[in-house]
Amino acid sequence: MIEYILCFLLFCIGLYCILRKRNIIKIIIGLGIIEYAVNLFFLLIGYRMYARAPILAKDQVITNMVDPLPQALVLTSIVIGLAVTALIVAIAIRIYEKYGTFDITKIRRLKG
Amino acid sequence: MKDNQQKGMSLIVKTITRLTVGLILLYGIYIVLHGHLTPGGGFAGGVIIALSFIHLMLAYGKETALKKLFQTLTSVLESMGAVMFLTIAVLGFLGGYFFLNFFLNKGRSFELFSAGIIPLCNIAISLKVGAGLFAIFVALVLFRSLGEKK
Amino acid sequence: MELQLLLLFMVLAAIVAVEIDDLLSSVIAVGAVGLGLSLAFLILKAPDLAITQLVVEILCLIILIRATIKKDLPLIRNGRWLFNTISTLLFIVFFLIFAYFALKELPRFGVPLMRVAQEYIQNGMQKTGATNLVASIILDFRGYDTLGEATVLFTAVMGVLAVMRKIGRLKNER
Repeated sequence: MIEYILCFLLFCIGLYCILRKRNIIKIIIGLGIIEYAVNLFFLLIGYRMYARAPILAKDQVITNMVDPLPQALVLTSIVIGLAVTALIVAIAIRIYEKYGTFDITKIRRLKG
Repeated sequence: MKDNQQKGMSLIVKTITRLTVGLILLYGIYIVLHGHLTPGGGFAGGVIIALSFIHLMLAYGKETALKKLFQTLTSVLESMGAVMFLTIAVLGFLGGYFFLNFFLNKGRSFELFSAGIIPLCNIAISLKVGAGLFAIFVALVLFRSLGEKK
Repeated sequence: MELQLLLLFMVLAAIVAVEIDDLLSSVIAVGAVGLGLSLAFLILKAPDLAITQLVVEILCLIILIRATIKKDLPLIRNGRWLFNTISTLLFIVFFLIFAYFALKELPRFGVPLMRVAQEYIQNGMQKTGATNLVASIILDFRGYDTLGEATVLFTAVMGVLAVMRKIGRLKNER
């Protein structure tokens, strides 16, 4: 139970960073922390105590294994998180070239 | 020769890079090929292969490294990886399903040539992921604006 | 016991990453959170994910350090800073209280109900021939998800190349 609470605390720290900080790089860091917390929560649900990793070995019959289905979903999610972070950093670099600052309260003009 | 040593990093980093880049590439290929027997798979192996090329580029500077790795080769490799994955998926139409595992005998387990189409899919995924991430890194690093010195 | 200590370390590193003013130090602290996550994946018996998270974390650090090379002016606080911070913290406390009541409905930690996964574990090796069950799930039983993920990566590469093209030109324009 306490592991779930710590995982939600990590999620809330990332949420606070996105809501309250004014620097774009800090917002990207908060987004990264939220991704870590969500992947960890998926994996905490599928864990079985005193079980083995989901890989079969030669000449052994294994009966209890950890749930392999959340692991397959999280594997896809990790690589997608990297792609989204790269795209957001590219947009942030272009914003700096155009406006000269990383502060989000000074980026207000939406011109064509 | 003196100009070659002023770009990139110091001499110690260049010597160590020459020794280890080949080993990192070999390790990435090993993780991709044994994806159906041991932990790893296409995604982790593809990222390791991209990291070996990025390591070469970080240690030797932009000009010397880009002479060896052309720009069109990266885009061709990535598209080839995607098309290969789609071809393996569409060939399942021969059996009536999408993504059918169509090799009739699946080989004996615990060997390298087993498990049907799974090693081929791993190779296609690793080509796509490796070339794509290297292209992202090159585009982010080589960008220069009007204000900087040409 | 080790898992709880590792999660506590990750929470402390995340607090350091959020509060510190220097951008390079906070990027390094996010790297520490990612490495701790890779160790947590290993404790939770998922070796595939530990390898992938480790190398993806290193690449993410390289990209983030590239973004923090540009220096920026220090930020100042405006007048309503105290009211905004107190209301955000109040919202987070309410969120955690409701989450605690919702988490009581989940099965206990360590005793999952695996209904679909029983089929994959018992018949996985005969149907596909692969001994790594996670690889057989993502490439044979659920191949559509991998196709969608390859599409998302392709779109991200196209997006980065399209954004970084307008004013400055790429280096090799021979």
